[in-house]
Parts: sequence; C-alpha cells; structure tokens
Amino acid sequence: MLLRKMLLWTIARSLARQLGAIAALVLLGGLLSATLVRLAPGFDADERQLDPSLNAESVRALRQARAGEHNILGFYIGYLRSAMHGDLGTSHALGQPVQSLLRERWPVTVRVAGVGLLLAWLLASALAFTACLWRRPAYEIFGTTISGAFLCIPAAVLALLSVILNAPGYLAIALIVFPKIYRYSRNVLAKAYALPHITAAGARGLGEVRILAWHVLPVAGPQMIALAGITVSIALGASIPVEALCGLPGIGQLAWQAALSRDLPLLVNLTVLVTLVTLLANSGADVINYMLRPREA
Amino acid sequence: MNAARKLACVVVLAVCAVSLAANWLAPAGYARQFREAPSAPPSRQHLLGTDEVGRDRFARVLYGTRISLLLAPAAALVSTALAALIGGLAGYLGGIWLRLARGFTDLFLSLPWLFLLIAVRALLPLNTSPLVSVLITFLILGLLGWAASARVLSTSADALRNSDFVLQARASGLHGPRLFFVHVLPNLKPVLYAQFWISIPVFILAEANLGILGLGVAEPLPSWGSLLRELEGMISFREEWWRLVPLLLLIVVMTSFQTLLSNEEATA
Repeated sequence: MLLRKMLLWTIARSLARQLGAIAALVLLGGLLSATLVRLAPGFDADERQLDPSLNAESVRALRQARAGEHNILGFYIGYLRSAMHGDLGTSHALGQPVQSLLRERWPVTVRVAGVGLLLAWLLASALAFTACLWRRPAYEIFGTTISGAFLCIPAAVLALLSVILNAPGYLAIALIVFPKIYRYSRNVLAKAYALPHITAAGARGLGEVRILAWHVLPVAGPQMIALAGITVSIALGASIPVEALCGLPGIGQLAWQAALSRDLPLLVNLTVLVTLVTLLANSGADVINYMLRPREA
Repeated sequence: MNAARKLACVVVLAVCAVSLAANWLAPAGYARQFREAPSAPPSRQHLLGTDEVGRDRFARVLYGTRISLLLAPAAALVSTALAALIGGLAGYLGGIWLRLARGFTDLFLSLPWLFLLIAVRALLPLNTSPLVSVLITFLILGLLGWAASARVLSTSADALRNSDFVLQARASGLHGPRLFFVHVLPNLKPVLYAQFWISIPVFILAEANLGILGLGVAEPLPSWGSLLRELEGMISFREEWWRLVPLLLLIVVMTSFQTLLSNEEATA
C-alpha cells in the first residue's frame, strides 16, 4: 500500500514537473516570437497606410491601433491576460479573430499532416523491418537508396513536385518525413538485432516473428516511441511549404501568411500553438515509455 | 577511405571547382538577358536553355552553385562557433549555467526549424540589395542553426568537466578562460568538426527551401533555392527536362555529402 502510494506520488510529481516545464517553454516561445517580430525592421509598416483613399485621420487611427504593440512586454502580458479569458486577439492581415482562424485551419493541418505522418511511418517501418528481418543486402540497399534520395530533396521541392504531378499534399509530407523515420528506426532495429541474447534466441531456433515481438520490440520500442514524438514536429514543419505551395488552407499556410505580413498577434499564437503541440507530442512519448517500462514487483 | 567516399569526395570537389571557375566557364553573366530568346530550349549557345527573362540557365546554375556551396560552410562556421560558445561553455561551467543553456536550447529545438527560419527571414527586410540578401539569408541560417549542435557540445563538455586531466589542471591552479580555451575546447575538436560538416548539407537544403518560398537570395543573384523556384511553372518533365538540372545537381551534391559524412554523424 505504502509502495503504491509512493509510486503514485512519484508519478504525480514528475507529471507536474513536466507540465510546468511545458508551460514555461510555451510562454517563453511566445515571448521569443513576439520579441523577434517587434525588433524586426519595418515592424510599423502597414500597407493600408499607403492607400490614397484614406485621409490623415484614418492613417493616424491605423497607427494608433498598433501603438499598443510597441512595448513588447506590455503587449505580451496583455495578450496572456486576454488569452486567459478566451480572446486570442485579431489578425492584422486577415482582419479576423485569431481563434476562429485557428479553428478553421487546424483540422486541415491535422488531416494533411496526420495522414502524411501515418503513411511515412507505414512506409519506413515496412522497409526497416524488411531490411532487419530478412537481412539481405538487396533490401538494405533499396531502403537506404530510397531514403537517401528523399533526404537530399528539399521539402519545398517535394511540395512543388506534388503540385506538378497533381499528387495530394499528405503524400509530400509522407515523403519528407519518411527518410528520417527509416534511417533512425533501421539503426535502432539493427542495434537490437545485434544484441547477444537475440542472436542466441535465433540460434536456438526461435521464429522470426517471436524474436521480433518478444525480444526486439521491447528493446527498440522506447526509442521508436520517442521518435514518434519527434516526427510530429517534423511533420508540422513540413506542412509549411506543403500547404503554402499546394494552396492548402491549414496552419502551415497561415504561418506563412503571418510571417510575410508581420502579423504579431497571429505569429505569437501560432508559435505558442506549434510549441505546445511539439512539446505535448514529446511528453506524450515520454509518458507512454514510462508506462510501458517494466517495473520490479 | 572506401571507394564510395572517395568518389563522393571527388564529386564535391569537382562541383566546387567548376562553380569557382564560373567566370571562365559561363557563356554569359548570370544577369545578362538575351531578350530575343526567352524560355529557349537547350542549344549550342545556351546549354541548358534560358529562363523566362532570357537569362542563360547554365551560367545561372554555375554561379548559383558557387553561392550555395561557399556560403553554407560560412553559415556552418557561425553556427558551430555559437554552439561551442553556448553549449561548450555551459557544459564546462555546469550547474545553473548548464540548466539555463539546456532550457534555452530546448526552446529553440521545440520550434520546427523551418517555421523559425521562415518567421525570422520574413521579418527582416525583403527589398534589400542582392548581396545583402545573401548575407542575411546565410547569417540567419548560422544564427538559428546552433541549437542541436549546442546540445551535443554541452553534453560532451559536461563529461569533460569531471575528467581526470581537467581535475588535475584545476588542482594545479589553472581555472577560468585559460582552462576552457587551452584544455577543454581542444578536446571538443572532434565533435566540433563533426557538427560543422553535418551542418553544411542542412544549410544547403534550408537555403533551397527559403529560396523556393521566395525568402532566400534576392534576384538577380542566383542560388540553388532561386533556381529550384523555376520548377513552379513547369508543365511536363519530358518536354522540359533541362529545368530539372539544378535539382539533379543538388541531389548529386547532397548524396555525396551524405556518403562523406557517415563517419562524422557517428562522432556527433
């Protein structure tokens, strides 16, 4: 009973620490992006001020509207205060509440990046397991060549090629993420297969599937789960060129538009969102690993 | 060095040499426009045809290769120096400094690299002179690309901090910057070299991504990014195969780098 209580206390404490670290990093990420935007040359420039149909008073009003963003710490504290009440501000460039923009765009990115990620994992795992299970040079060469070739092509080129070939955007994301998963998982599996107890299991005549399920996966699993967390961040990064060039109205395209139009509220919110998703994915992987870790009775 | 690595080394050196000789090999300057022949197919005069405004594509590939291949190592140098300073120093000092540096590094690493790059590049002036745009692009790559290297270096320096020779140097009365620069930093050299070499292909790809998205080197200066941007208007691979030459060159160079750097990746 006491042991169980102690275990629960340890889990709660480490979870609280993890959540605290995530919150601190997310807040710092938002502040970092806000500071970068504020320090950028031409931060005050607003294309609408060049509109000849606006009179001096309207131009002054436009300038006034952005006056609150000059003190970056003041802006950020104000942003956090309204965020706590559910108001994420209004996009300067698109003239819409950030909250509704995120609500509209997020499902597109989740679908495109999610399907892309799933495809990438399926392809990479299939190739990595084939290379490690059957250990024939041809499989190894095939996987390495394919992944190496895609690793050499910039993400934006793959997005452009998907436009030219009328291929879906998720395929481009899959091809961007796949080589990274393949390289890492193949190395992890190869290292696991080289362990003495697995070689001994093979020598004793254990079937390949049984060796994989009972001996290889418990060794390679934690690292593969950690990799799964990291690939979420890679897929999110890849969604920027893919959505921008393929014309998909998702978070990636929004980030692209926000960066080009120096839209401070939108950029800060996107940085916070992207940082949060990345950290949650990594922490989720850590939690799964912790839960799967064998414990002494 | 095995045969594949030798071949990769020869390819990289040959591409570098050819791009450095662009002034002599190119049939025209990268900005010269042949107005009578816009979007021309390959011919004896224009080996890879001309672009939409009549500029010789072969000349632009040569000059663009020179810019990408010369400035990526410069950006790698900046990022490795920053990583050595931040990661190396934090690992050497340990305690609160190490925790602070790791927190800062984690913050940088928690943001997708391309997102950070695009955001920062778009915030800097886009209507600058071509030369300034080259410097801005590669300086940003160097200034933002230090985080992963710093993480590795902080771990290596942390391990060195408690090693026998550093403890002995401390016991002999050596401390402060002298201990760091004379004893710790030289022992980080293998990791520093590995990080430097690994960063080069990463920065080449990053510049290409920025260039395609219109945030790279400004026109009329060519770079691999701006050359690859031409793929946007491509209709058919078979009819316009020559427009794929910059992409093929990039793949060949990147593959060569991958082959060459397999040992460095293990060190890093």
